[in-house]
Amino acid sequence: MADVLEIEGLTKHFPGHAALEDLTLGIAEGEFFSLLGPSGCGKTTTLRLIAGFETPTRGDIRLRGKSQNSLRPYERNVSTVFQSYALFPHLTVRENIEFGLRYRRKGNGAALVRQSIEMLELGGKEMRKPDELSGGEKQRVALARSLVIEPDVLLLDEPLSALDPNLRKQVRSELKALQRRVGITFVFITHDQEEALSMSDRIALLNHGRLEQLGTPHELYLAPRSRFAAAFLGPVNWIDHVGLRPEATRLLARPTEGLHSVAATIESSTFLGNCVHVEARTSGGTLVVAEVSRLNGKWQAGQPIHICWDPGDEIRLPPA
Amino acid sequence: MKRVREICLAPAALTLITLFATPVAILVVYTLLTRGAYGGVEHPYTLDNWGRLFDPLYLSILARSFSVAAVSTGLCLLLGFPLALFIARAGRRKNLYLSLVMLPFWTSLLVRTYAWMFLLRDTGLINTALQATGLIREPLPLLYNWWAVILGLVYGYLPFMVLPLFATLERMDPSLLEAAADLGSRPFDTLWRVILPLSAPGMRAGAILVFIPCLGAYLTPDLMGGGKTILIGTVIQNQFTNARDWPFGAALSLALMAAVMLLLWLQVRRKGETLL
Repeated sequence: MADVLEIEGLTKHFPGHAALEDLTLGIAEGEFFSLLGPSGCGKTTTLRLIAGFETPTRGDIRLRGKSQNSLRPYERNVSTVFQSYALFPHLTVRENIEFGLRYRRKGNGAALVRQSIEMLELGGKEMRKPDELSGGEKQRVALARSLVIEPDVLLLDEPLSALDPNLRKQVRSELKALQRRVGITFVFITHDQEEALSMSDRIALLNHGRLEQLGTPHELYLAPRSRFAAAFLGPVNWIDHVGLRPEATRLLARPTEGLHSVAATIESSTFLGNCVHVEARTSGGTLVVAEVSRLNGKWQAGQPIHICWDPGDEIRLPPA
Repeated sequence: MKRVREICLAPAALTLITLFATPVAILVVYTLLTRGAYGGVEHPYTLDNWGRLFDPLYLSILARSFSVAAVSTGLCLLLGFPLALFIARAGRRKNLYLSLVMLPFWTSLLVRTYAWMFLLRDTGLINTALQATGLIREPLPLLYNWWAVILGLVYGYLPFMVLPLFATLERMDPSLLEAAADLGSRPFDTLWRVILPLSAPGMRAGAILVFIPCLGAYLTPDLMGGGKTILIGTVIQNQFTNARDWPFGAALSLALMAAVMLLLWLQVRRKGETLL
């Protein structure tokens, strides 16, 4: 399928620092695409460039094949869900949702508003002002306001970070389901690797303004191409230049056929409820964290052990 | 704790009581007395002074004062809003522009009013210059009329409109403006649908700060109006000086105060919020 959004050589320099350097990627129609990275990696700058709030230093952004560089934010058919939601405090929920309709009316505006109020479960709250809403409700109003104008691409700027942690996980799956239902391309900005892994079709990992790796959640987690990518997607142990995720380890009394192994001594074990984190030092002196089931036995400091793993679970970085 | 609070509040309370509440109480008593032959007040007690307020002459002066204050406030709002918006978006120059707005306060209003008169009078700078260039033969009547009064009031009280407006506009979350543009709203639409409604508290505060002093203004109407545009402030001043009718002057002042309080009270009640 043709890419709805194409970014080519996109570069943004602010006085004194380069926020984004030569980013090139394509986002497919209907895709849930995440821009992941630590703060200052350029993900928010990318979003602001796509929305038109910033002007690129170099490079091009094409929406459905049409260059957006000369277009003002109000001329671009993209819409943003802001981190703070940016709901208009003087307007009711309904007025907020209706705000953009008059500029991009397609078909029956009233029906679209009704539909999105229903879809985002805001029924009965239409007449409330934003400061009378909970965090989750505000977020749904922001989503409805952006979706109702049927943008080609919906940009989401860390929309879950303002929610309390219990709500966050629930909203993740709701957001994913919503995206599937409306079929609109989502570009989701986050610094939380769990969010990116759980929701995305593809992830672009950014670091210091550069694209570190682009791929599916599986590819990024299981086959990272750099130490940074491996570490950013989750905890990783490095044993002789081979990366090993804590949950891929097995602690056995002796080496076993078909598994790679290294001899080690247990230093400590931490009970975490659903699993146990065991810290062991290899004969080579490397500290390895293993995440094992509490059902697999008891682990005591000083106990000699073999750390074993399936060769298929190894993370091998391409030669630098 | 409570004792400490009382001690700290005492000076302010004492000042307000002696310098505000007491004079008002004295005024109330004066309104009920008879005028003295050479000023001051004499017995017997009477309600005549309050009755005279309803004389159509004074009612029309009061109405004129209200319209002058309203027009001045409206013009301050029209001129002040773009200025406040400009300053709020001036970035690093913000403080410079703000201090320029405050600069006139470094000299007294009296001096500045006289400066305007030197500019506007028949032999003033503007008329002399226009005559010298041959654009006009007779001097334009720039001073001593209704519009001169309005000009003086707008000039004098514009900063009181700009400052609260600036405070509101500066606090406005810039992501709201981005959200509006993001939803397809052009800059003018955003001004109309987002910025103006959200700056209502600043407009209200500015309007109150301009309207009230304009309503009771004495200096500007007297100097720039040349006594031709009689406003309530001038009438009150006259009662205490030339007319030597203190009781009636007191009644007029209290009536003006009551009218202002009523307006403020309606404003607060309608909005259900605090005044400023």
